[in-house]
Amino acid sequence: MQRARTRWHIAVFLAPAVLVYTAVMIFPLFNTLRLALYSKVDQERIYVGLDNFRTLFFDPIWSEQFWNALGNNFWFFIVHMLVQNPIGVALAAVLSHPRLRFAALYRSAIFIPTILSFVIVGFAWKLILSPIWGIAPSILDFVGLKSLFAPWLGKEEYALTTLALISVWQFVGIPMMLIYAALLSIPQEILEAGEVDGITGLSAFWKIKLPLILPSIGIISILTFVGNFNAFDLIYASQGALAGPDYSTDILGTFMYRTFFGFQLQLGDPHMGSAIAGGMFAIILIGVCIYLFGIQTRMRRYQM
Amino acid sequence: MNKARTNPFNTVAMHGALILYTLIALFPVFVILINSFKTRKAIFREPLALPDAESFSLIGYQTVMKQGDFFLYFQNSMIVTVASLFFVLLFGAMAAFALAEYRFKGNTLMGLYLALGIMIPIRIGTVAILEMMVASGLVNTLWALILVYTAQGLPLAVFILSEFMRQVSDDLKNAARVDGLSEYAIFFQLVLPLVRPAMATVAVFNMIPIWNDLWFPLILAPAEETKTLTLGSQVFIGQFVTDWNAVLSALSMAILPVLVLYVIFSRQLIRGLTSGAVK
Repeated sequence: MQRARTRWHIAVFLAPAVLVYTAVMIFPLFNTLRLALYSKVDQERIYVGLDNFRTLFFDPIWSEQFWNALGNNFWFFIVHMLVQNPIGVALAAVLSHPRLRFAALYRSAIFIPTILSFVIVGFAWKLILSPIWGIAPSILDFVGLKSLFAPWLGKEEYALTTLALISVWQFVGIPMMLIYAALLSIPQEILEAGEVDGITGLSAFWKIKLPLILPSIGIISILTFVGNFNAFDLIYASQGALAGPDYSTDILGTFMYRTFFGFQLQLGDPHMGSAIAGGMFAIILIGVCIYLFGIQTRMRRYQM
Repeated sequence: MNKARTNPFNTVAMHGALILYTLIALFPVFVILINSFKTRKAIFREPLALPDAESFSLIGYQTVMKQGDFFLYFQNSMIVTVASLFFVLLFGAMAAFALAEYRFKGNTLMGLYLALGIMIPIRIGTVAILEMMVASGLVNTLWALILVYTAQGLPLAVFILSEFMRQVSDDLKNAARVDGLSEYAIFFQLVLPLVRPAMATVAVFNMIPIWNDLWFPLILAPAEETKTLTLGSQVFIGQFVTDWNAVLSALSMAILPVLVLYVIFSRQLIRGLTSGAVK
């Protein structure tokens, strides 16, 4: 049709998005990876190759913090996978029941924590779990479990799990909504055909619905993975940059922030910070690749 | 009807489970809100009681108003969120239109390039972003945040909007071309109004993360004049840890705008989430 002319309008339509995206996202991403190969010596930036990574992985002062943060991050992710996603699926399964009343009301209410900022969530739970205020102990007392109470956020062995559960509380709405949408898109005929064969109730869920929503569960898992491995806000808001007590809640995001931005008396080191960012990038890339090539392509998709 | 024979026991169990979880979801918000209206003594003596004539107090809100510049923070958050959404929608829709409408060399490649950012978080590049903003003098300006959030929102916006634009009828556009409308006029006058529901979905998806972000305001714009509400309340609460009235009031004031926005947009948001826009 209009082959002959140069179609400038295509360039005009694409240019703003491509420019902003390239300049503010893609370029800094690679620039950060490049900065990880440099170091600052006497106010001068010099190329040091992979030295920063060597320091990060093998120098005891750094590597201890790095492996601690990485391990904590994995635990953070595992708690989400084991608690958040099953609860989300269960809530969605109940909500998608065809004749449930007030479904919209429940759905909107359960989604409220997801829209709150980490600052609010972090402090609100900090106050509730605080032994000074005593809301948590008095509630436990009410159900007769007062002896179980401990200042969870202040104990090294519980703090990380507690924060992970707070984050689960906040984000359970997202898997719930996505699974709910997937469940609603299952055609009635399939369920009715199952019913004719005597598959109803719970067994219909396990045998018919669950296999059909596996692709959505896959998407949720990778979203959880990416979200958890660049998490920062909740830990920072409730435990500070030092991710106390004694670094027991340190994850890669807080470790990177402390390293490149500095805190209290330690000066920031952008190059080590970049090295940590490089590590985070690699982990997220590996996770996304495992999902794209290992899980998504093998998952059976049913024509619906 | 599926499950013609729902037994009443199941119905009760389902409602029971949902009510229990709803209580868990709302309880902390409720506790914060009611206690922000109580005197210090009442907060500690009866944390779960509603404020009554005797325990009612606005002392926390007064402290917040005196000490914190919450209106400024709120205004900053508003400017950053609205401006970022505007650019995400405008630039995203333009790029989505180019990808969906025209066949040109590198179309698929461009689509993939723009989609990269859906999975890779922009935070990874923070060190270089900060360096760039310092070099260009944008650090501690709202522009730094607007640029970052625009870049962050574009990939998903382009992806969702181009899906929707492919559904706009070709006949309509070709008829407009025969009538002599330029490509720009077709985009702005014909296609944009038709994809308005998709634009709303994209806007709602982006709004919450931008409003709630702590990372970039902390790093790129921590100055007093450019603090966002999220950062402002974080700093304020950090300073007033021991003043429970002030902390609870600050938390409530931070919850309120989001809650209002949610009530206004929740139908849009839930429709967007459940329409399968993110698959």
